[in-house]
Amino acid sequence: MTTNAVEKTRPVAPAPAAEEPPQRPKKAQRAWDEVPRWQIYLPLGIYLVFTLIPFYWILLFSLRPAGSTSLVPWPITFDHFEKVWTERSFGTYFENSVYVGIATLVMTTLVALAGGYALARFDFKIKRGFMLALLCSQFVPGALLLVPLFQIFAELQMINSLGSVIIAETVFQLPLSMILLSNFIKNVPYSLEEAAWVDGCNRFKAFVVVVLPLLRPGLIAVGSFAFVHSWNHFLFALMFLSNQEKQTIPVGLNTLLSADSVDLGALAAGGIIAAVPVVIVFAFIQKWLITGFSAGAVKG
Amino acid sequence: MAQAAAVAKKPAPPRRRRGSATPRRLPYLLIAPAALLMVGFIAYPVISVFYYSLQNYNPTKPWRNGFAGFDNFVHAFTEDPLFWDTLVFSAKWVVVEVGLQLLFGLALALIVNQTFVGRALGRALVFSPWAVSGVLTSAIWVLLYNSQTGITRYLADMGIGAYGTSWLSDTSTVFSAAVVADLWRGVPFFAILILADLQSVSKDLYEAAEVDGASRIQQFFHITLPHLKDAIILSTLLRAVWEFNNVDLLYTLTGGGPAGETTTLPLYIANTSVDAHNFGYASALTTVAFVILLFCSIVYLRLSKFGGDNK
Repeated sequence: MTTNAVEKTRPVAPAPAAEEPPQRPKKAQRAWDEVPRWQIYLPLGIYLVFTLIPFYWILLFSLRPAGSTSLVPWPITFDHFEKVWTERSFGTYFENSVYVGIATLVMTTLVALAGGYALARFDFKIKRGFMLALLCSQFVPGALLLVPLFQIFAELQMINSLGSVIIAETVFQLPLSMILLSNFIKNVPYSLEEAAWVDGCNRFKAFVVVVLPLLRPGLIAVGSFAFVHSWNHFLFALMFLSNQEKQTIPVGLNTLLSADSVDLGALAAGGIIAAVPVVIVFAFIQKWLITGFSAGAVKG
Repeated sequence: MAQAAAVAKKPAPPRRRRGSATPRRLPYLLIAPAALLMVGFIAYPVISVFYYSLQNYNPTKPWRNGFAGFDNFVHAFTEDPLFWDTLVFSAKWVVVEVGLQLLFGLALALIVNQTFVGRALGRALVFSPWAVSGVLTSAIWVLLYNSQTGITRYLADMGIGAYGTSWLSDTSTVFSAAVVADLWRGVPFFAILILADLQSVSKDLYEAAEVDGASRIQQFFHITLPHLKDAIILSTLLRAVWEFNNVDLLYTLTGGGPAGETTTLPLYIANTSVDAHNFGYASALTTVAFVILLFCSIVYLRLSKFGGDNK
């Protein structure tokens, strides 16, 4: 009741109350501003404890000497990192993972951009069928296709080459990436392109000059998903790459995990190495993520 | 006036072939790379799974290979208790995970959608496990659940629980332990999607409701939830399929154990094909899994009236 009263008087009062700094006055969120602060900070704080303790735990194990039971990583040691990077070949795995991640990112983005443009801008005979196939492919579990995929890559002489993993990751990233990008392209007015044609651009140049810059949030979303997924994904690499020189970080982590006596310090350090690139990507795309999803979301 | 209205109702379709600028083949050329990749590496493997499901096919027992008719299916439904056990466990896993992830994800999204000091940091921290892989999640929670060095040791130090407890190797606790580990990484997915959809709720609606004296709880049920409906239906469906299919976490966290307690159907299939090399039977199980997923999805979309009324 009191909150309502405050709400109704506020538009009349010219100056906002002192304890509420006018953060973003143009985004009038007045109705929701009335939530008592503790109803925000208390549940958020509890959830943050749940989220952050696991991160702290792995950091702790990676930095404190083996055998220590201290809850503070002091004295700090980087022995685990050195050991994992050289003895457990995480240096090699890291290189392979970066290679797979970037190749998947580039391939997924280019192929999805071409397909997404066709879906957004043309009506063609098999369009409906193609869209349906894209949606249906979401139900196809990659894990269950391991054996036929293995046979195909064996035919193509691609077992033990990173190319097999790159292709497999790209294929399973494509459907959603294409749908997302086509939604983004639809949001760019067609008249912009037409204007560029009138100015003498051909279709490709018009696309590159006019449309592409406007797709930035979509491209960032699709590209970072492709990178993060291929960086994280484990089964394809486990199945298709038996040669240790070719393996990727998740496979290396699994090797550490499935050892008879797990070296916890090494496991933790390996985990931190696995997390770093993803955290960097995440920090970079955070502000694009929400806009990317809301603009590209499938409209009901 | 009437003419203008007619024009407005049916604008000239902009996405048409357009003289010299657009050869008729262009859309096909553009989708060709995607289509070829998907035919070669999704459609063809799927068809070969269907084909092998009707075969006895085991590279280690070539003398038995050959057409099997529906034997594999009959075996699964009538003679293989593991099939039923793993199917039931999969259903339990998916329902519990998706339900809890949605609940917590929705709550979190509503919280971080508020305006408050430290919101950007709060969002970044809350969402951070989203990008963590299944294997890394396992690594983290193995450290946390470890009986010697894990959280239980410190809890025991404080007098809570007993020393030497390992939640992952006890059949009575392993399910909850795995659920919590997967929640840790799964909740942010829902929180991000729902937060994205919350951005498009018109603020005017809330103001109008406010003027009419609607409480915040009423506003949630009458404005927010209907608005989110389609996003929730779609994300729960995608997530359910994903949770059903994804084996990374359980494979590395529990390996399906202890005593097969946490083996999902896809994990069972992977073991059947990769370890036991019984590819014919694994293909039949895969086919069954496809059909179940497809059937459940259609029923779910129908029952939830996806894309219906409230627009």
